[in-house]
Amino acid sequence: MNTSMLLILAVLLMAMAFVLGRKRSIAVAGGSQGIRNLNSLPSYYGILSALWCGIPSILILVVWVLFDDYLIKQIIIQELPTSTQALTESELGLLLNTVSNIALDDSSTLAAEPYIIAAAERLNSLQAISQMALTVVFICAAMGLSLFSWLRVNTKLKARVKVENVFKIALLMCASIAVFTTAGIVFSVIFESVKFFQTVPFFDFIFGLQWSPQMAIREGQIGGSGAFGAVPLFAGTMLISAIAMIIAVPAGLMAAIYLSEYASPKVRTFVKPALEVLAGVPTVVYGFFAALTVAPYLRETGSMFGLSVSSESALAAGLVMGVMIIPFVSSLSDDVINAVPQSLRDGSFGLGATQSETIKQVIIPAALPGIVGGILLAVSRAIGETMIVVMAAGLAANLTANPMESVTTVTVQIVTLLVGDQEFNSPKTLSAFALGLMLFVITLILNSIALMVVKKYREQYE
Amino acid sequence: MMKNESNQNTHSAEKPSTIELVNKNLTKRYRAEKRFKAYGVTAILFGLACLVILFSDIIGKGHSAFLQTYVYLEVNYDADALEITDVTDPQQLAMADYSALVKSALREQFTDAKSRKQRRNLYGLVSNGASFTLRESLEENPALLNQTTGVWVLADDDIDTYYKSRGDNQADAFIGRLNPQQVAWVETWIGNQQLKKSFNTTFFTSGDSREPEQAGIMGAMAGSLFTLLVTIALSFPIGVAAAVYLEEYAPKNKLTDFIEVNINNLAAVPSIIFGLLGLAIFIGYFEMHRSIPLVGGLVLSLMTLPTIIISSRAAIKSVPPSIRDAALGLGASKMQVILHHVLPLAMPGMLTGAIIGFAQALGETAPLLMIGMVAFIVDIPGGVSDPATALPVQIFLWSDSPERAFVERTSAAIMVLLAFLITMNTAAIWLRKRLERRW
Repeated sequence: MNTSMLLILAVLLMAMAFVLGRKRSIAVAGGSQGIRNLNSLPSYYGILSALWCGIPSILILVVWVLFDDYLIKQIIIQELPTSTQALTESELGLLLNTVSNIALDDSSTLAAEPYIIAAAERLNSLQAISQMALTVVFICAAMGLSLFSWLRVNTKLKARVKVENVFKIALLMCASIAVFTTAGIVFSVIFESVKFFQTVPFFDFIFGLQWSPQMAIREGQIGGSGAFGAVPLFAGTMLISAIAMIIAVPAGLMAAIYLSEYASPKVRTFVKPALEVLAGVPTVVYGFFAALTVAPYLRETGSMFGLSVSSESALAAGLVMGVMIIPFVSSLSDDVINAVPQSLRDGSFGLGATQSETIKQVIIPAALPGIVGGILLAVSRAIGETMIVVMAAGLAANLTANPMESVTTVTVQIVTLLVGDQEFNSPKTLSAFALGLMLFVITLILNSIALMVVKKYREQYE
Repeated sequence: MMKNESNQNTHSAEKPSTIELVNKNLTKRYRAEKRFKAYGVTAILFGLACLVILFSDIIGKGHSAFLQTYVYLEVNYDADALEITDVTDPQQLAMADYSALVKSALREQFTDAKSRKQRRNLYGLVSNGASFTLRESLEENPALLNQTTGVWVLADDDIDTYYKSRGDNQADAFIGRLNPQQVAWVETWIGNQQLKKSFNTTFFTSGDSREPEQAGIMGAMAGSLFTLLVTIALSFPIGVAAAVYLEEYAPKNKLTDFIEVNINNLAAVPSIIFGLLGLAIFIGYFEMHRSIPLVGGLVLSLMTLPTIIISSRAAIKSVPPSIRDAALGLGASKMQVILHHVLPLAMPGMLTGAIIGFAQALGETAPLLMIGMVAFIVDIPGGVSDPATALPVQIFLWSDSPERAFVERTSAAIMVLLAFLITMNTAAIWLRKRLERRW
């Protein structure tokens, strides 16, 4: 039986164990009259039996499936003729691939050497044996453990406590997935980055001024210098993020101030969701808008004033990204402005200040830490934004501060390096992970500072 | 400051009183007030204007893609040209060369196409999807063999663009890659009323194609659907379970704090980093296939998990403690309290947060690019392990295509995507309004 069949079988067996366990508990208690003598409700005994039946056998299944391929591969390698023992790892891998292809589809056997065919047959038989053994072990474990838990049912067994403990552990495991995800991110990028830094020194990467990741595949190839200096990328990212912030911060902040301090409830209920629609638009849509509408428009306007604006200018990407971030800034600022106690406003009005004076001299200073935290979060978002820059910013790594020229960003390079065909373990591919590591570290620092600032500020007024 | 001023005032000859000083500045202060208010209004109008420009630009570019140009051709189902000897044999019907019929029909109408090059230009006026139309009509009605009938077939995308941009005035037309002779032929068709625009069903029913007139979003929509199903199946139960643990069970200790910090940080990690994770772990380490919705769904569920956990926690928090106390007082266990009372009461809030998270996942592109869901895939995927692309990725792919006809299709695909997102968000708001309880 294959794995999915076994899983279905596991569900059936668990259902059976549930019914049996439940019946057994009622029987042990002496019929429906005696249920009150039981420690827990009958269904808890049923659930306990089902868990005993299901969890260990499914664990066995998972472990088996994870390791049997590896073991079978080892056996096959052991049994290959001695001539193949001298092969390098990649050649051996290729050979094993041929073997498994032949094993799957024996029409291609004609062209292969006899020992490969023998290996393929051996592979098939080993796989069949493994599958059979798994089925037997699986069913024995499930049945045996069901029987074990069935025998253990008695009036003193604290079934409810045990079931609840399993429930709690399952919840804890779900909660720790966030930790595993973070660990996964850290390890996956660090692991590949370390490989990258073995070929390209760390300081060349951080402080290098030249970025051209095309590596020469053969000797003397033109345009294959393979320079990995990340400074132009970070400069480009900063330039585009700065343009975005110049748009988003004043617009978002003023919108938040107006909505929370001036606007009537009617205006608020209409305008706030409308602005939030901007936040819900997918970034690929902004990218399309930036590349096909904003960039040509800027180019035409620029040429009217005698300026040459690149068709992939930093300005187009930055402007559109700024628009995208407006609702982000405004909703975060809105929260902190609303958290400023009314007493501060009343005090200021009582001294004769106008509303704008109150806002400028009382509310904004009071809300400043929260606003700064919000802006930091927005910056981190701008730095990590991908689709807009992939579609509207360029690929050429120019080190420039001119927003009308084309620049590239960290995220653009990650996408270009990893989309499409790529060889693993070439510095070109690995450099994407190094860039990812830098991006992760920078956004993590920004987020941590922002969350800390916001948290500290909130505690002040609560 | 104030004290200095008042001192100066006593020394000066005219001695303006405080109220006079205040009044003197008052107009200036009111003007500043008005100016400040105007800044606020400007900011909001700017935001709303961007929204309007964005939507009208997309709709303006994309609305025409819902119509498609068809050409009326008199086609002779010549059995010899088709090399069909037996109409009842489906093999023969499927294998026959229908493009020859289209070509001869075109040659018959426009006899001025003499040279090879001119003929090739002529054949280019009709999409190569036309032969499928002919095959289908013959399969439906074998009696057509050796008959001559009028058929509406797909026009090439250049003709489509030309005809749509032309309107009533030939001068407005976008000529693009068409040469003058081709334009003349098309004008003849327009004069004969051999061109019509009708609803573009291809766009909604077929997969991707290199030919704009044959490209559709069905494949991408199916891919998005499977990806989203995996995301929902994984992230909603896990997210809710994690939220329950953190709100109801978690002791106040270092581990809990660590988990919370992790969740908050993950919520702000750029989406592309999740793509790197998927590439390194799921594809690199677990050796899953590239381009399949299963991996896409896994990556997107890790990405939406923090959002769902945070909103579910807020929903669980809003269930008043008195409910828990009452249930515990009646002898319910902790698990019973949670499963029978807390979760049902918190469900509307959790669903609202989850739907918003799924809407985000539906619009996400960058992580899917990393795991290879960016390939050119013609077939419509039938499951979570078929190679597929997703709707936002399809938009990205089409936006790169040079053909002008793809611009309107990209915009139309964006309109479809936005329609889905707006529906989901409206559903979330409706759920919140209808089902949320105020305690």
